[in-house]
Amino acid sequence: MADKITVGYTHLSGCTGCTVALADNYGGLLTLLDKYVDLKYIPTLADARHIQKVDVSFVEGSVCINDKLAVEEIKETREKSAIVVALGGCACYGNITRFTRGGQQNQPQHESYLPIGDLIKVDVFIPGCAPTPELIRNVAVMAYLLLKGTKEQKDLATAFLTPLMKLTAKNEACGCDLIVDVINQGLCMGCGSCAASCPVRAITMEYGKPNVERDLCIKCGACSAQCPRGFFNTDVISQYEAINEAIMAALQ
Amino acid sequence: MGAELGNYKSCVSARSTDKELLKNAQDGGIVTQLFAFALEEGIIDGAIVAANKEFYAKYPSKCIQDSSNLDMIEPWRPIPAIVNTKAELLAAAGTKYNISPNVALLKEATRSFGLDKIGIVGTPCQMQAVRKAQLYPVGLRNVGASISLAVGIFCMENFPYQSILQLVEDHAAMKLESVKKMEIGKGKFWVYGKRGQVVQLPLKITHKYEQPGCHVCLDYVANLGDISTGSVGSPDGWSTVFVRSKIGDSVWGKAMAAGCFETQPIEKVKPGLELVTKLANEKITKNKKTLEGRATFGVGKALRNPYI
Ligand SMILES: Cc1cc2nc3c(=O)[nH]c(=O)nc-3n(C[C@H](O)[C@H](O)[C@H](O)COP(=O)(O)OP(=O)(O)OC[C@H]3O[C@@H](n4cnc5c(N)ncnc54)[C@H](O)[C@@H]3O)c2cc1C
Ligand code: SF4
Ligand code: SF4
Ligand code: SF4
Repeated sequence: MADKITVGYTHLSGCTGCTVALADNYGGLLTLLDKYVDLKYIPTLADARHIQKVDVSFVEGSVCINDKLAVEEIKETREKSAIVVALGGCACYGNITRFTRGGQQNQPQHESYLPIGDLIKVDVFIPGCAPTPELIRNVAVMAYLLLKGTKEQKDLATAFLTPLMKLTAKNEACGCDLIVDVINQGLCMGCGSCAASCPVRAITMEYGKPNVERDLCIKCGACSAQCPRGFFNTDVISQYEAINEAIMAALQ
Repeated sequence: MGAELGNYKSCVSARSTDKELLKNAQDGGIVTQLFAFALEEGIIDGAIVAANKEFYAKYPSKCIQDSSNLDMIEPWRPIPAIVNTKAELLAAAGTKYNISPNVALLKEATRSFGLDKIGIVGTPCQMQAVRKAQLYPVGLRNVGASISLAVGIFCMENFPYQSILQLVEDHAAMKLESVKKMEIGKGKFWVYGKRGQVVQLPLKITHKYEQPGCHVCLDYVANLGDISTGSVGSPDGWSTVFVRSKIGDSVWGKAMAAGCFETQPIEKVKPGLELVTKLANEKITKNKKTLEGRATFGVGKALRNPYI
């Protein structure tokens, strides 16, 4: 027990898809809870839902600023957690809770939702709608190594998490980021990762470059985070075989 | 073993033992033969390759669904497609020197195509995309563990479609539909016509048509493929093959045992690894310089560096 990291899960204005993604690690989640993670509170999956002092908090959903409790909860989450992870597009960027998402009509309540980074400092982003069980798992394992591992493991975890930490510099996402940050910077090489990662098929590849249907985009941030020319930490990714094996072995 | 060639367990010069297959292939038919073998053995249940207009006409449901219809697909424009048979593999063999966004099909392969064990061929940057997809699967749920054989092809540079159009129809003065094969080798860009004519362009001409994104690329020999292959280093009709990962090692071993390939020790062939190393170093050195140049491009303003 003493060697586990303590983790909390704050659920704000999110659809529970992120929770489901976490749970979809199936046996892996049980091993995680068994060996590495002491899950202190999480609505939906457990009775305990009160925010407590923890090493790592995952936050699902954006903050409704007309909801006093939500505003208090996000602040309390920050105060009581060493590391805050924004889990999923809504927590990172507002995603479907905000205006201009997925071709829907503008509605007044869209103006009430803020990504959590607008209210507190966030340490790590896991973009996507829904985020993937595998990335949640990888971040959880790396967080464990960062806090409890050997010097070597800490270095690896730092290197792994650094790009996800750097994503927190921006609380806005859009498929247009591919155009602005990748194509217009002369960096796109036409792999198609962006098109594959879009949950709403807003991206098609036209002559080897992404074409983004802006009206379909829900602003989840998956495409530009998946893009190898978004970030590519060669040192870490080159060790893909060893890292994947280590993660799978740890979750056996 | 220098860093410029990546990590590998073994390296040989090889070609497929299937004479029919070699007729369709670009070089030693390594990619097509490996996938054909892996399909037969159940190592993969489909592979993502770069098909073309003729393929699309025959197997439309196997191709990526973008907004093109058949009339709008030009000759020599690659169409990412999923193949499940040897006939389909053969129809998609050969190098298309312009961008085929094969990774765009990676998720769909596991969804509407229902693959559990995916094969994928791609350039070094596409192999990087595949490994990033496995380690940082931001938008690729249930995909990473299904990638069962990633074959990388060497790559000095790639071209947008419009560039190939310009190079072939303008500089080489041939219609794209009359072209049988294109090749970069021996310092030239070669265009072979269906009627037997051959045009060669010096690479000096092709450089300005390259895809800009290629100028920050630091990988020549697909360091992150399970197996990677290219023509450089081996005699005509043969390929240089690096076996890199555990998966690659296992598949290569089985394919060898099944008699799929004839091989020669890489040390015995000309020009051998010396040339591969030289070209890899040239590419990496040139592109590192480009990256450095981007860092100080403006006045106190840098162009973005994806590696930091
Ligand atoms: C843009 C580009 C640049 C290259 N540069 C070099 C080089 O500098 N030096 C070198 O030695 N080799 C280079 N190659 C690789 C070489 O041309 C052959 O593709 C390789 O040797 C494989 O030959 P093969 O006979 O084994 O493959 P085949 O059996 O002919 O199979 C080739 C496979 O590659 C797929 N393919 C074709 N075009 C593309 C594409 N654009 N993107 C992704 N997949 C594709 C085909 O669908 C097929 O499955 C390059 C290839 C490309 C696409
Ligand atoms: S285009 Fe990008 S940001 Fe928009 S929905 Fe698709 S993946 Fe998300
Ligand atoms: S993922 Fe990035 S590099 Fe690949 S096609 Fe999309 S924008 Fe270009
Ligand atoms: S040069 Fe690099 S970036 Fe360009 S296509 Fe080849 S591998 Fe990709």
